[in-house]
Amino acid sequence: MRRIPALAASLVASMVVAAASTVVVAPARAGVQVGKDGKGETVTLVTHDSFALSEDVVAAFTKRTGIEVEILPLGDAGQIVNQAILTKDNPLGDVLFGVDNTFLTRALEAGIFERYRSPALADVPAALRLDRRGRVTPIDYGDVCINYDEEWFADEGLTVPETLRDLTKPKYRDLLVVEDPSTSSPGLAFLLATVAEFGERGWTDYWAKLRDNGVTVVDGWEQAYYDEFTGGGAGGDKPLVVSYASSPAAAVVFADPPIDESPIGTMTGSCFRQVEFAGILAGTEHRAAARRLVDFLLSPEVQADVPLQMFVYPAVAGTPLPDEFTDNVGTVDDPYTMAPGRIGAQRDEWIREWTGTVLR
Amino acid sequence: MDRHRPALSARDRLGTGIAIAVPVVFVALFFAYPVAAILGRGLAPEGQVDLEPLRRVFTDPTLRGVVWFTVWQAALSTVLTLAIGLPGAYVLARLRFPGRSLVRAMVTIPFVLPTVLVASAFLALGVPRSLGAILLAHVFFNYAVVVRVVGELWRHLDPHEEDAARMLGASRWRVWWEVTFPALRPGILAAATITFLFCFTSFGVILFLGGPTRSTIETEIYRQTTRFLDLPLAAALSVVQLSAVVVLLWLVARFERAAVPRRLGAAREIEHRARSLGDRLLLFGNLAVMAALLALPLGVLVARSLSPPSGFGLASYRALSELRRGSTLYVAPLDAIGNSLRFAIAATAIAVVVGGLAAWAGVRGRSRWLDGLLALPLGVSAVTLGFGFLIALDEPPLDLRGSQWLVPLAQALVAMPFVVLLVAPVLRAVDPRVREAATMLGASPARVRRTVDLPIAARALLVAAAFAFAISLGEFGATSFVVRPDHPTLPIVIYRLLGQPGDAAFGAAMAASCILMVLVAAAVLAGDRARAGRHGEF
Repeated sequence: MRRIPALAASLVASMVVAAASTVVVAPARAGVQVGKDGKGETVTLVTHDSFALSEDVVAAFTKRTGIEVEILPLGDAGQIVNQAILTKDNPLGDVLFGVDNTFLTRALEAGIFERYRSPALADVPAALRLDRRGRVTPIDYGDVCINYDEEWFADEGLTVPETLRDLTKPKYRDLLVVEDPSTSSPGLAFLLATVAEFGERGWTDYWAKLRDNGVTVVDGWEQAYYDEFTGGGAGGDKPLVVSYASSPAAAVVFADPPIDESPIGTMTGSCFRQVEFAGILAGTEHRAAARRLVDFLLSPEVQADVPLQMFVYPAVAGTPLPDEFTDNVGTVDDPYTMAPGRIGAQRDEWIREWTGTVLR
Repeated sequence: MDRHRPALSARDRLGTGIAIAVPVVFVALFFAYPVAAILGRGLAPEGQVDLEPLRRVFTDPTLRGVVWFTVWQAALSTVLTLAIGLPGAYVLARLRFPGRSLVRAMVTIPFVLPTVLVASAFLALGVPRSLGAILLAHVFFNYAVVVRVVGELWRHLDPHEEDAARMLGASRWRVWWEVTFPALRPGILAAATITFLFCFTSFGVILFLGGPTRSTIETEIYRQTTRFLDLPLAAALSVVQLSAVVVLLWLVARFERAAVPRRLGAAREIEHRARSLGDRLLLFGNLAVMAALLALPLGVLVARSLSPPSGFGLASYRALSELRRGSTLYVAPLDAIGNSLRFAIAATAIAVVVGGLAAWAGVRGRSRWLDGLLALPLGVSAVTLGFGFLIALDEPPLDLRGSQWLVPLAQALVAMPFVVLLVAPVLRAVDPRVREAATMLGASPARVRRTVDLPIAARALLVAAAFAFAISLGEFGATSFVVRPDHPTLPIVIYRLLGQPGDAAFGAAMAASCILMVLVAAAVLAGDRARAGRHGEF
């Protein structure tokens, strides 16, 4: 019995000490050094786990500029934004890449970025430049869409659904797997697509119908695509999955043994556009180098590299696309979109309503 | 002057002081401070404590559901683990059969495997994400706790009382109920509390096997922190969880103290061959359970690693070093193995030094609050600690963000309670008469320590080191929050591979899992050999 007071006392004591020391205001940062060109510096790129570039592309940048790039993936798109906000007073890196339009407002409101307009921005379509004040730079975009297993639909003699409304029809019962928007970025994008289509009033009814029609919800994209989807290779039994317009291309690139034509198709009427941005983290001590890194992300080399490394479209118009990509990514002419401000204001509330409608 | 306890010299007292100070400072710096920083940010964002989020945890129906689910799934998991583990404990403690020590060591391996690996094994077996999968995985992980904690007591229980009862005409059932069970009760309670503690704070199992509708306090902390950035709510949930864990740890300490058998029988006299029909049924029944529950999922991993789509063979092992070569985040598998070993060695060194000192100081001072202090990290979610590191250890001289040292530090925090658990009872069991004899013969306290305590402790420390090493190798949760992406450990590589497209990546994940399993098994087996059937509560 005597142990508890001692344990509690030591715990409380250490917490008090710790709390006291957190209250002490962090000393003001030393003056920002702005080198002319950042040569010889190391610049840290905070990004998400899906980030990928060819090693030689990055090496060429270092060779040309003398700037070393350290890549620091810290989770998925939502997590990196939250960590950047938490560490705002003492940022983890100099540039953040991977904040998308679904989390953009949270990042901008927290003031984690400083302004920078890259000269290369001129070649980026206006539709992608979602922050007028120039705090973030669009680097790539992609579409979250429903993918279908072509062979499955052919075998069953079933027509492929074309619109979101089709998915509530009895003939598509128990065929769709989606991701939980509270834990998954494509899951959130698909939720936003339904809000864009059915409006503030109608979207919960739509999801109630999906639920009654046997929609399956899983936590993350990997689980949905690899485990539940019939085209994912692990014996799933759902021929419809919320994934990406580029998934058919990925299926060709990663096929073993190689194949020519993708077994997976895209429901182009179900797509929500995601734009990925890079921004310079406020408080960087390597401003010049950080700017050159942002320029680099919009350079022709990187822009040409992103389709097959990250399976997204380059933001710079006119960038040549590899054949495996163009042959297998269905053109999405008119995806659903939504203003970042509206997403930011209501995202958490929509997720809560969605959870209440679909899961409980 | 008290003959038995010679007055402590100043040097001696200094030694004890250091032995207490090291673990206290370590826990304060690398655990209490970061955790308090992140909780402080959540509970007192404007410098003023706001208890509203705490109220929400108990009034919001969704959150109340989360708390309730956390409790009952842990309780159910504990009951199931006991029901399946107790017969196993008997078999491994009392029956002699060929290969027993190997089986006993193998049973321990699941306990130190990373959740991500086990989850993929269960999914590969075709177990659907469900409550059943959660319970099954919890039994899988904690079976060893029951077998080892209860088994250790059972092995040393004096058999004469049972024999006497039997001779006086008591039925087998009555002997169990009135003699054996009461004697085992403290061990059973200790095992149950430890199991409950692990299931209560379970993270990976719930996340990977539970599906989206199931959330425990631990996964909810993760969701609220990483998704909604609702730090106040996350902090409130952490406080609730930590309070529950403090109570649980206190219970564990109580039960453990009672779990030391009053009269120890030598294990060799008690154990016997399975001659009777009942014993044989028990033996083969339990071996079958162990095979189905423990060996089958791991066997599936091995099978999947050897059967990639291109046909039976080692293609998946080759793919490990080829997948995504040339991409910026490519890490050669041999490097990952090297990282795992390096981090685990550092973590083991920290855990053995800090945990060993705590055990020694605790035994000397006849108090166990130090044990409790070192066990606290088990009750704090990895995301809380990870984010705490981020915002607390960010100024020189302790700017550890992005430092490779965070990995062994985090792993050591996880392994330390087990070091204490393995070392303290051995030190406590040193026969005081040996020390007295040494003192009487003129040995100084320092010499007594060197010639009596140290040799006995050395073996226990070796066992603890092997176990800490295995835990560090398999640690996933805390590591995933502090690891540097260019220096991943094997569990991190497995997790990454599972998230990559294609059958080749899946096969490579299975291959990496098998390599990890072999390393962990080797560490556990080495520890068991060093133990050679003596002491320790785990």
